[in-house]
Order: sequence, then C-alpha cells, then structure tokens
Amino acid sequence: MSRARVPGVEATATKGWLRAHRFLVLRRLSQLLVVALFMTAPLLGVAVLDGSLAASRILGVVPLSDPLVLAQTLAAGHWPASTALVGAAIVLGFYALLGGRAYCAWVCPVNVATDAAAWLHARLGLPPGWQPPRATRRWLVVVALVLSALTGTVVWELVNPVTLVHRGLVFGIGLTWAVVAAVFLFDLLVSRHGWCGRLCPVGATYAAVGQRALVRIRADARAACDDCLDCVAVCPEPQVIMPVLKGEARGVPPVIVDADCTACGRCVDVCAKHVFHLGTRLVPRAPADRTRAANTVPRGTHRDAGGIRP
Amino acid sequence: MSTDRRPRSAASRRRFLGDVARGAGAAVLLGAGLGLHARRSAALAPTALRPPGALAEEAFQAACLRCGLCVRDCPYPTLRLAGLDEDVTPGTPYFVARSAPCEMCDDLPCVAACPSGALSPSLTDVNDARMGVAVLVDQETCLNFLGLRCDVCHRVCPLIDEAITLERTHNTRTGKHARFLPTVHADACTGCGKCEQACVLEEAAIKVLPRSLAKGELGRHYRLGWEEKARNQGEALVPGIMDLPDRMPGSGGGS
Repeated sequence: MSRARVPGVEATATKGWLRAHRFLVLRRLSQLLVVALFMTAPLLGVAVLDGSLAASRILGVVPLSDPLVLAQTLAAGHWPASTALVGAAIVLGFYALLGGRAYCAWVCPVNVATDAAAWLHARLGLPPGWQPPRATRRWLVVVALVLSALTGTVVWELVNPVTLVHRGLVFGIGLTWAVVAAVFLFDLLVSRHGWCGRLCPVGATYAAVGQRALVRIRADARAACDDCLDCVAVCPEPQVIMPVLKGEARGVPPVIVDADCTACGRCVDVCAKHVFHLGTRLVPRAPADRTRAANTVPRGTHRDAGGIRP
Repeated sequence: MSTDRRPRSAASRRRFLGDVARGAGAAVLLGAGLGLHARRSAALAPTALRPPGALAEEAFQAACLRCGLCVRDCPYPTLRLAGLDEDVTPGTPYFVARSAPCEMCDDLPCVAACPSGALSPSLTDVNDARMGVAVLVDQETCLNFLGLRCDVCHRVCPLIDEAITLERTHNTRTGKHARFLPTVHADACTGCGKCEQACVLEEAAIKVLPRSLAKGELGRHYRLGWEEKARNQGEALVPGIMDLPDRMPGSGGGS
C-alpha cells in the first residue's frame, strides 16, 4: 500500500517536462488569473471582475452568482433580486455547457491546496485515512439546504473554504491561511482526497450542473494503454477513469462522461502513451490506428481495475 | 447519479446501501456541528452596523450572498467585509460608526451594488435609511449635559435639527445658566454614526446602536389619550366615562 508511486515519470521522460505538466501549468495559470481579475478593482481601479466567488460582476455589468449560495438563500426563505437570479443562470449555463467540475480544477483556489496535499500524500506514502463515500458531498448539499431552511441563514458560507479563501485573497481579510492550512492538513493527514473528493458540496453542485457538459476528457487511444496506472494514481476522482479506459470490450464510448471528472487533464499529462486528450462528448473520433495489434486485450479486466478503490 | 454505479448483485447492493448510509451519516454529523455553529455566529456585535437599506438582521442573514460587492462600491473606507475572527457573520458587510461612519451618499452605491436585495432596492432616499439609532448613552460625561457648549454631535448630524436637536433646560448646578441637551429623534435618525465618530470624548457619550437594542416598544393596545382626543375633535377615546372630582392639594380631602 505504501509504495510511494510517482506518476508521470515515464511521461516526463518521453514527452518532456512541459508536455507532461501542460494541463497542470495551464490550470495554475487559470486559477491565478481568476484571483488576479478580481484584484484589478482594488489594485488598478478597473473592475474586470468584482465581488467574490459567491457573487460577482464582469466589467461592472454582467452578474454572476454561485448556484449553491443562491440555492441556500432560497432555502433560507429569501427570494433574491433579479440580478442574482440572472447571475446564477449565466453560471449554470456556462458550466452546464463547459463541464461542471471544471470549476473545481480551473477556478477554485482551494484546489491548489488539495492538489498540494495529494502530491505530498503520494510522496510520503501515507495511509488513506478516513474515507467516507464520495456521495457524502451530495448529502452535504442536502444538509446545507435543510440547515439553511432551519436556521434562516446561508449556512454553508460560514465554513465554505472556497468562498472563505477567495474572499480572503481578494479582500485581504484575516485567517485565510488558517482555512487553507486546515484543508491542506485534512487532506494530508485525515483523509486522502477528502475535501474535494468526498465532502465539498460546492463541487457536488457543479458536478450536478455539468451532468451533460460538452467538454470532456476522452480516451480515444485507449487501446494504447499499457496499464501503468499513472492516470489512476494522479486522478483526484480515480473511479471515473477505469470504466472508460477498459470499457472498449463492453462498447463503452471513449468519453469520460462521469460528472465527477473535473477535467483537470492530469491524466492527459501523465500518460506516456497519449491515451487521453481534452475533447467534447459529441465528436466521435476515428479510433486511433496504431494500437490494436500491438496491445491485444488489456491485462487487467475492467473488474480488476474497478477493484482499485480510492 | 451515473448509470454504471447502479448495484447489480446482492453483495454490491448491500455495499451500495452501506455506502449510502455512511455518506448520509457523515453528512448529518457534519451538519449537526454546522447547525450549532450557525446558531452562535448569527449574533451580531452591537457595534457592527449594517449598510443602508439592509433588511432586518434575521432576513438579512438569509438574503446576503456574502459577495462583498457593496464593500467594493462603497467610495469611503466605511464598509468592511467580516472575516472569520470577528463577531460578525463571515463575508457580510458592516461598519463601525466610531472609526468610519456612513457618509450617506445620495446615489446609494452599496444598495445599487447588491445583487440579492439584502440591501433593499426599495430604499431610494438615503435619509430614509435606518442603520441604527443614535443614543446619548452617557449623560454623566456628555459635555453639553455638564453645561458646556460642545454641540459637536448636533453640528455634524447630516439631519441637523431633525435627527438631533438641542433642547434648552435650566442648569440647576449654577442656577443661572442654560444647558443645551443633544436630543435624538429616532423617527429622523438614520444611524449613520457621524455623531458617534465626532464625539470629542475619549469614549463617545453618544453611540449608534441597532434599533432593536435601542428602541422601546409600546404595547400594541396602548392609546395615548391626548392623541386620541386630538383625532376625535377633543372628545375622549371612550365617551361617557364619569369624571370624578379632582382633589386639590390642601383642600383637606372629603368627597
């Protein structure tokens, strides 16, 4: 269990560091950009984005609001002004189209901390610790809404690390680092992939939003897979990969449609065989030719692979 | 949610149900802690005032999205966004009158910025804002009460002679001077806090308090006789009550 497996070594050797970390770098830039755009108002006096991840404004005009925050407001008994409703509709439309949990991988600032924790966790070969089912986060959505109704307040925002951290960064208010440290230590010492993968109801909400999202990770070249399992080792939601990667025999399309996939693209990065790529769920790509003959049937059947539980 | 998670065999169904139970259990446990935390953090520090147009605190807690747009659009260093280490619900806007009062902008930029209506768009005239109410909490240190002519709170009041008036009374200490007592009229006071900020004392003698804390409330069935008489062409509220003869001082009693 405690083999300190380092995914991506082979990919780095064959593809070069940049190609083997392309999506990681792009995501960090994206996450940085989101915070930077929110900082233009206080620093430059020009508000590209203004407010926080709970609700904001693009260029002082286009409203955005977080669907879970809005749902809690509704549950707490407040019918919001139209600005917030329009803002939520825009956000819902955007993520419904472009991939719900892309929010987690490309926007959420907490993801940086949980990725760091996962990285260190793998290097140290620590035990997984407390592993509540991944569905717990969906139950927490329900709990947040019920508690909002019972207490009459937007209850999850009292503890929501996503908005607390973002607000802390953008407004410079205290104890942000305590929140970051708490989530980091939780993921490192208490529960591997614990926060984003099991508890965070914000991610669960965006997953629900992105059930039919267009942009997806595809595994068109899955026949080239050499079963190194680097993708599974690096994936924050490893359960989404195997059914597709080993699903050719069962006629599963080569698209990771599971809404839990955050489209982080790390599987694309760490695969030395170019199995994965970022695409859409629509375009059926012609199956890659080079493989079939060389790699016959995958060594692990999908049942075995499914046995690799987080 | 996705179809490939549906259990197929009895064993996997058992595991599925077990997972559901574990997930729900963990969520309820976390929720219970959160619920207790929510009850405690709903209390608002009495020095923290909400921006103009804010709904009553209970409704505000439900309505505020914690986005900070009002804070961004406040042109003064007045509005702050509560952090985790303050006695204000995290992410909600507030101001402290003594350090930075509301400057009562005519165009109400904070209200215009609010996407949720937690700062109610029905507020269009800042003079109708009711952020709190000024109370002269300490007559023993107020310079005007001591017989001096400080008058600062009166002078800085944006609604001078409406929200704060100076009421002239006899100075019984000297026997020959007047005292000009700053007197707040709650029906006009917006609770902006200019008076509290300007009070020259080390600790302000006049403070803006949340209305719920500062104001008394008459029983709903109370009727003020003199008002009823004025409304009733000088007649008493209940006609035909027998008027007993008044006993004058020194008249020696007897009916």
